[in-house]
Amino acid sequence: MAKQEIRSPLPGTFYRKPAPDQPEFKAPGDNIAKGDVIGLVEVMKSFHEITSEFEGKLIGFLVDNEEPVAPGQVLAEIEN
Amino acid sequence: MPIHKLLIANRGEIAVRIIRAARTLGIKTVQVHSTADADSLAVEIADEAVEIGPPAASKSYLDVDAILDAARKKDADAVHPGYGFLAENADFADAVEAAGMAFIGPRGETIRRMGDKAAARKAAKEAGVPTVPGSEGLLAGAAAARQVADEIGYPVMIKATAGGGGRGIRIAQNGDELDQLAPQAASEASAAFGDGGLYLEKVIERARHIEVQILGDGKNVIHCFERECSLQRRRQKVWEEAPSPALNEDTREALCTSAVRLASSVGYRGAGTIEYLYDDATGEFYFIEMNTRIQVEHPVTEEITGTDLVAEMIRIAGGAPLSIRQGDLAIDGHAIEVRINAEDPSNNFMPFPGLVSDFRFPGGPGVRFDHMLYPGYQIPPFYDSLLGKLIVKGNSREDAIARLKSALSEFRIDGLKTTAPLFMALASDEQVQASAFHTGWLEPWLEENSARLAQNQGGIAA
Repeated sequence: MAKQEIRSPLPGTFYRKPAPDQPEFKAPGDNIAKGDVIGLVEVMKSFHEITSEFEGKLIGFLVDNEEPVAPGQVLAEIEN
Repeated sequence: MPIHKLLIANRGEIAVRIIRAARTLGIKTVQVHSTADADSLAVEIADEAVEIGPPAASKSYLDVDAILDAARKKDADAVHPGYGFLAENADFADAVEAAGMAFIGPRGETIRRMGDKAAARKAAKEAGVPTVPGSEGLLAGAAAARQVADEIGYPVMIKATAGGGGRGIRIAQNGDELDQLAPQAASEASAAFGDGGLYLEKVIERARHIEVQILGDGKNVIHCFERECSLQRRRQKVWEEAPSPALNEDTREALCTSAVRLASSVGYRGAGTIEYLYDDATGEFYFIEMNTRIQVEHPVTEEITGTDLVAEMIRIAGGAPLSIRQGDLAIDGHAIEVRINAEDPSNNFMPFPGLVSDFRFPGGPGVRFDHMLYPGYQIPPFYDSLLGKLIVKGNSREDAIARLKSALSEFRIDGLKTTAPLFMALASDEQVQASAFHTGWLEPWLEENSARLAQNQGGIAA
């Protein structure tokens, strides 16, 4: 078992849902496949999908919904 | 009642612009800001500053209670909303006035009426202003949409009455597409704007976007001529100029007086813009919408008319009558504005919120740069990408383009990518030089010229 980190490539605001009235992309405990979208980072009013480079189980998020993120900051951890 | 202390409920270059206008009028300024903007130029140059919340605009620049608390705490007697954020929020305008302060803009009821696109269209018709052929008010349902569209002819635009700024628009090429898109548009508008009301307009192909600047004091209305903003990417203006190179004197007069008629019919107070589509092929113009605020591109109008629109709107809100008469205004020369955004035009306009390590800004006659930058400024990623507006003026359009090219050749911001190379390429383009463009011209041009945009970002040293 190894712990992998998904980092934000961009500064901005992290969102765990595609829209405020829609369910979260992923929740802790979910199985994640390579390429799965785990959230969005909004930078200057443009939205960028954050995808997982790993497969495994989502341990949890290190950034809350709608919170600011810095480039390189860890957004989520995955166990595989 | 003359204004003594003005609170600026905005950020970025327009906050800087408003502070400068207030200062020339001897008015003190209070700049509200999010935690992400504590080190902004507007905060530095304002007389006072108040932090109103975290970076997210919904918790700071859109938080009406936080803004009004700051205004009371600092004894401000007026609020300027700038553009975007709360600028066209009628409830905010009402709340400011209810708190005993002047709102720098029209009355809440005017914002409400002109902000509702179907109601604005009705007001235009009543004032004898031509509107794009389309539905009479809101559509009653899919069958009604089909009937209207079949009458006016395809393609048609399906628009959300609560939309704006290019949002909530779909185009149907035929009846089948309309049947499919109308329900989607209704549910999307309902989710995005809380109002699923739709109306239809015929698509005017190869149209120019031309808009008239008006000023009113609640009794009298004047116009400050027109601007042309046909160069757009994703319905966002990138290059604006005044006057429009497409109009002859008779059409200009008809267009500008129609705008005055519409604004007069609603007793307009403040600065406003009435937007039209202009059909080169027929010489006809059609009302599309009214913006009840100062616009990003207002400086080109200031340059050709010698006015200070932001100062004038503050004076009007303080109870003064218009200081300019229509007969005092004439078009002097030609002005062009280009929007310098923190975006990489060679990489699909990817946002680039970097650290401004150094810069060289152009100067000389007819060159103005309204911006929010200083060396060492870290551009926050939370807001739009507009860094500043480079405005040039010449005796003729040709002169203005020559000055634009000269200014851009000196222009340099290190540590960022900006849209400046796009404008050098556009200024050098023969069709742009001949003003042979329309609102759909730029996007295909961008695809064909992507290689040219990859060159020359100035002295990038990130």
